[in-house]
Amino acid sequence: MSDTTQIGSDALPAPRSGVWRDRARLLALALGPVLGAVLLSGLVLLALGVNPFAYYGYVVDRGLLNPYGLQATLTRMGPLLLIAAGLIVAFRAGIWNLGGDGQFLLSAVIVAALGPLLAPHMPVWLVLLIGLLVGAMVGAAWSVLPALLKAYQGVNEIITTLMMTFLGVSLANVLVKLFFRDPATTVPQTRTLIVADRLPRLFDTTISSGLIIGLVAIIVVHLVMTRTAFGLKLRIVGANPRAAIHAGLSVPALTVATFAISAALAGLAGAVEIMGVQGNVRADWNPAYSLTVVPLVFLARFNGFASIAFVFLFSVLSIGGESAARRTGVPNFFTLVVVAILLIMLGITEYLDQRRRAAGK
Amino acid sequence: MTALFTDAFLTSLVLGALTAGLPLMLAGLGEQISEKAGVLNIGIEGMMLFGAYLGFLVAYDTGSIWLGFLGGGIGGMLVAAPMALFCIRLGLSQIVIGIALTLGAEGLTALLHHFQFAQSYPRLPAVATLAIPGLSSLPVLGPALFDRPPIVYLAMLAVAVTAYVFRYTQAGLALQAAGDKPAALDAAGVDVGRVRTLAVLTTGFLAGIGGAFMSQVGAGIFVPFMTNGAGFIGIVLAMQARGRPLFVLAGALLFGACLSATTALQVAGVSIPTDVIQMLPFAAVLAVLVLFGRRASLPPALGTHYVRGAR
Repeated sequence: MSDTTQIGSDALPAPRSGVWRDRARLLALALGPVLGAVLLSGLVLLALGVNPFAYYGYVVDRGLLNPYGLQATLTRMGPLLLIAAGLIVAFRAGIWNLGGDGQFLLSAVIVAALGPLLAPHMPVWLVLLIGLLVGAMVGAAWSVLPALLKAYQGVNEIITTLMMTFLGVSLANVLVKLFFRDPATTVPQTRTLIVADRLPRLFDTTISSGLIIGLVAIIVVHLVMTRTAFGLKLRIVGANPRAAIHAGLSVPALTVATFAISAALAGLAGAVEIMGVQGNVRADWNPAYSLTVVPLVFLARFNGFASIAFVFLFSVLSIGGESAARRTGVPNFFTLVVVAILLIMLGITEYLDQRRRAAGK
Repeated sequence: MTALFTDAFLTSLVLGALTAGLPLMLAGLGEQISEKAGVLNIGIEGMMLFGAYLGFLVAYDTGSIWLGFLGGGIGGMLVAAPMALFCIRLGLSQIVIGIALTLGAEGLTALLHHFQFAQSYPRLPAVATLAIPGLSSLPVLGPALFDRPPIVYLAMLAVAVTAYVFRYTQAGLALQAAGDKPAALDAAGVDVGRVRTLAVLTTGFLAGIGGAFMSQVGAGIFVPFMTNGAGFIGIVLAMQARGRPLFVLAGALLFGACLSATTALQVAGVSIPTDVIQMLPFAAVLAVLVLFGRRASLPPALGTHYVRGAR
């Protein structure tokens, strides 16, 4: 767990004279990996025989400059921000919740099945509220086993949460194909929540209000983790569990609470994606957002505001990449490569920075 | 139910357990070597996948199954090498780099597959088997265990060799020390970094062959994301085996049986959706962790970077 603190506890208060230099350093540390990743993945494109300028041109054009693309980008940010918020809680508490994809997908399937059932019988706002609550609860429920195993048996949560994801993805498919299947369609999928019953759109745009939910969640998480006693307790557990026990904290209870909050946020992301964007779940649908958000949260050093910026960047890449995939014939798997390179670049910049500071002392 | 348990059914059950379990065993064996040396190797899923891809590619291009396995092993080492560089030399987080390598291998193999094979989906011919005289004519077990591709026997040999190395050799002792108390190993004049690097590269080699077994023998074809968590199951096997290679073998066959039981049931005419089948090994892993999680044992220095002289 020392790894998390090593990267997370970097923003120590600097002497006043060095504040600006320190900020410049943090900015360079954040942007350096991004530039490096863009360069290196451009080389990968070149090796595949694709013009990197054409590819990134489409990405920027379709993900950022085109108004519909930009609205799609902002809509995609909603669930990603919720997942990022959940990861920040877990990582700051030193817990590797890598099961976000299972928590997300199961919640999505349950909410997709529940929404069209409830919609004819109650007002829209109540359907949406119940959907969000149920989504959060399903997400949290899918983390109970890893949480208890970690808290009371000391079983490594990386393994258990990953296993729960594999289990959850298959279970989601079973649910869609066997239990929640819409009899009216030939392709196995759940019944569709009609557009009028979905999360409202913002003003005259196509942006889902899921964006607002995501923004509120990540800012609240940031403030709770940095400004409240509860956040401090979680950070102590993350930094040094043994010290936390000596300080009289109930580490098992805090561990379970961390899992529950983190997974509930991932579940909320699933609900927001279904009730704001998709409307239904098709069999074998798995966007696998969570594992790709992990590097973004690391780049942001578990800071909520910085995470918003990185989630925005990634959303541009992801929406733009979908259009670029159609135009240039590079499948969307390419974003996985970019994220991997980004993580490695992050590690290298971290290493270089530590060496530079060690040399400066 | 009596009609279900024919000789053919039992043979396909054991055979399926072996075919599904062997890649898990190689991954678990590899992971065990890394963990003994103090490296938690989350990138093993990526190593398997890249091994599966490269093994298939080499076997397809050269027509030689043996070169294919060699290619698979090298493919796994190609993913292990950055892990060794970043985590052991530079001391970066083993978990972050492990996730990065797994994601990268997933993306890269899917991309390469898309550009090379997505139009044609070529298949490899069935792999020739080597019947062991005498044993292979045993009822039920004979055809399932002793009439297999030679790589299966080599993999079993690898378990025995690993067990021997762990127990009776200097190298085994050095591995154990690198994970238990790296400072002691350093004081004894052995380079901790080198021991760990070799361990991680060996892991990559074994995991890569495991992946290649999946694509060359198991499926006869490479499909993106085909390892589907086998590497992670390997990690669990290594954790539960508490440093003993024979336990990895037993565990892998158990999970393999779990996978093949459902396949064999399908052969026997009981229909189960494939998604349920895919859930079984992971449910089994979780059940094992719930029942025996407390008894998992990991070296004290696992996941920590060794810095000479640091306290």
